[in-house]
Amino acid sequence: MAAKKTVPVKSVVVREPHTAQNMRAWKFGDDIDTDAIIPGRFLTINNPDELAKHTFEGTRDEFAKKVKEGDVVVGGRNFGCGSSREHAPLALIGAGVKVVVARSFARIFFRNSINVGVLPVVCPDADKIADGAKVTLKIKDGYLEADGKKYAIEPVPVFMQGIIDAGGLVEYAKNLKEVPVCTG
Amino acid sequence: MGATIVEKIFSRKCGKDIRAGDVVMAPLNGAMIHDITGPLAIQKFYEMGGKDVFDPKAVIMLFDHQIPADSIEAASNHVYMRKFAAEQGIHNYDISEGVCHQVTIEKGRAAPGEIVVGADSHTCMYGATGAFATGIGSTDMGFALKFGALYFRVPETICAEVSGKFQKRVGAKDLILAITADIGADGATYKAIEFTGKTVRKLDMAGRMTLCNMAIEMGGKAGIVAPDKVTWEYMKGRRKMKPFDLDSDPDAKYAEKRSYDVSGLEPQVAVPHNVDTGVPVSKVAGTHVDQVFIGSCTNGRFEDLVEAAEVLGKKKFSPKIRTIIIPASRDEYLKTLRAGLIEKFVKAGALVEAPCCGPCMGGAFGLIAPGEVSLSTSNRNFRGRQGSTEGKVYLCSPATAAASAITGEITDPREV
Repeated sequence: MAAKKTVPVKSVVVREPHTAQNMRAWKFGDDIDTDAIIPGRFLTINNPDELAKHTFEGTRDEFAKKVKEGDVVVGGRNFGCGSSREHAPLALIGAGVKVVVARSFARIFFRNSINVGVLPVVCPDADKIADGAKVTLKIKDGYLEADGKKYAIEPVPVFMQGIIDAGGLVEYAKNLKEVPVCTG
Repeated sequence: MGATIVEKIFSRKCGKDIRAGDVVMAPLNGAMIHDITGPLAIQKFYEMGGKDVFDPKAVIMLFDHQIPADSIEAASNHVYMRKFAAEQGIHNYDISEGVCHQVTIEKGRAAPGEIVVGADSHTCMYGATGAFATGIGSTDMGFALKFGALYFRVPETICAEVSGKFQKRVGAKDLILAITADIGADGATYKAIEFTGKTVRKLDMAGRMTLCNMAIEMGGKAGIVAPDKVTWEYMKGRRKMKPFDLDSDPDAKYAEKRSYDVSGLEPQVAVPHNVDTGVPVSKVAGTHVDQVFIGSCTNGRFEDLVEAAEVLGKKKFSPKIRTIIIPASRDEYLKTLRAGLIEKFVKAGALVEAPCCGPCMGGAFGLIAPGEVSLSTSNRNFRGRQGSTEGKVYLCSPATAAASAITGEITDPREV
């Protein structure tokens, strides 16, 4: 018998970031690791705004200088692989990036992003999105638009939904007195 | 239908049948935080309204990435964590014990059938003890510290069955580099990798740790070896536990099964800039190196250093390059010291450092300049991982690293 798959979910609709319209795409390739997002030598910094100054340093130096609030990072396969450093999604938040679109995500980065309030969006056709494209999320309708073209996106796993709806794991956990151990 | 070892661990913990794909709030046996991800985890713990950690005895804290403090910022992070440990009654190993994963296992903080989390991706190494262990981010760790439990989607398992006898100077690191090249950098995403077969049964704990350590390099949530005589022998003196059976059932349902025969396996080298690029050493032999690093949670154990010393023999390390050797923990350092190997390495021209992560994460020391090449026994060769993004990092075994440190270029350890 499988365990019951239920989690506290406030609503079934992903909260779309207010910046999810006409986002400028910063395009990256496959296997973008968290060392590339924020190199190890900056991990003594815990402040998102300070981390943001070094985002993609050595990988794409123009990013930290030119990124604007509400831009979107678009990656290929296995985005966010490697180190568990939460400094990676925090650096993106500091840079004003609230959404990352990729063909697939590495596990820890995916979970960290949701926990801190960056929305990871799985789009099997992410490779077709051009650098500089204007991206609009239509999460409820299951697709995104990039330069006018529609590409399907995958829904977030159900058990992560409650955390997204709360606005991150801190907000989710704040009012919890205890947790339902060994229940789904 | 039978169960995998991972399904058995979750089922045992919760006292009911739990299967891959189930989502469960599982109770934790232990949690590990270090100097890089710890400060954020503590901050998140407080932001969540945390007052007391779920069980101070179940939490392990230590500093290993930037020790002794290499900057005022690192020193301040250490101060912040020490204060938390003192307030919470958590045992803090501080800077004195070595690399977090090695220390956690040595101190008996992970054992067969347990669920352990660490705020570091290579936490999957504890699977060598037959524990389910996985790396998590700082916010998840804040949650874990507060509640002593965490949501898990119980992973499917890839079964890697290994047979055959290693050639001399070929071992666990070569095997895991070959497996990583086969499965790919994301081939095990959200899955556990169970290492089985006669060859794995013959591996010592050091070799099993090397295998499980690199499960994350395939995207794996955990690496695991079912406990056997070797495991229980290792647990003696570390934990009071009676041996019990935790093997996957013969009819367990795996995501897939892969077989590996190590009989003809050559020493492997992962080439820049991804870990799943392992090739036989012969393909890259002769490549100039500027720095060789033997150490890390992957390969900084006494057994690894013995292997390196055997390859070294009476030779010297090339004076044209830097050879850095770092035992993974105080215990490993002492064993190496008592065996006379520290003196041997120093006399041969190596720089032997006190236990820590060293050049592996490219944060503290041992960084490489643009155009330089590092050959390392650690686990990651991402662009910029050990310093300049214009440098290159190759990964290999301690034997290959030692052979290459003698010649100053990538060298087959069977030919030295």
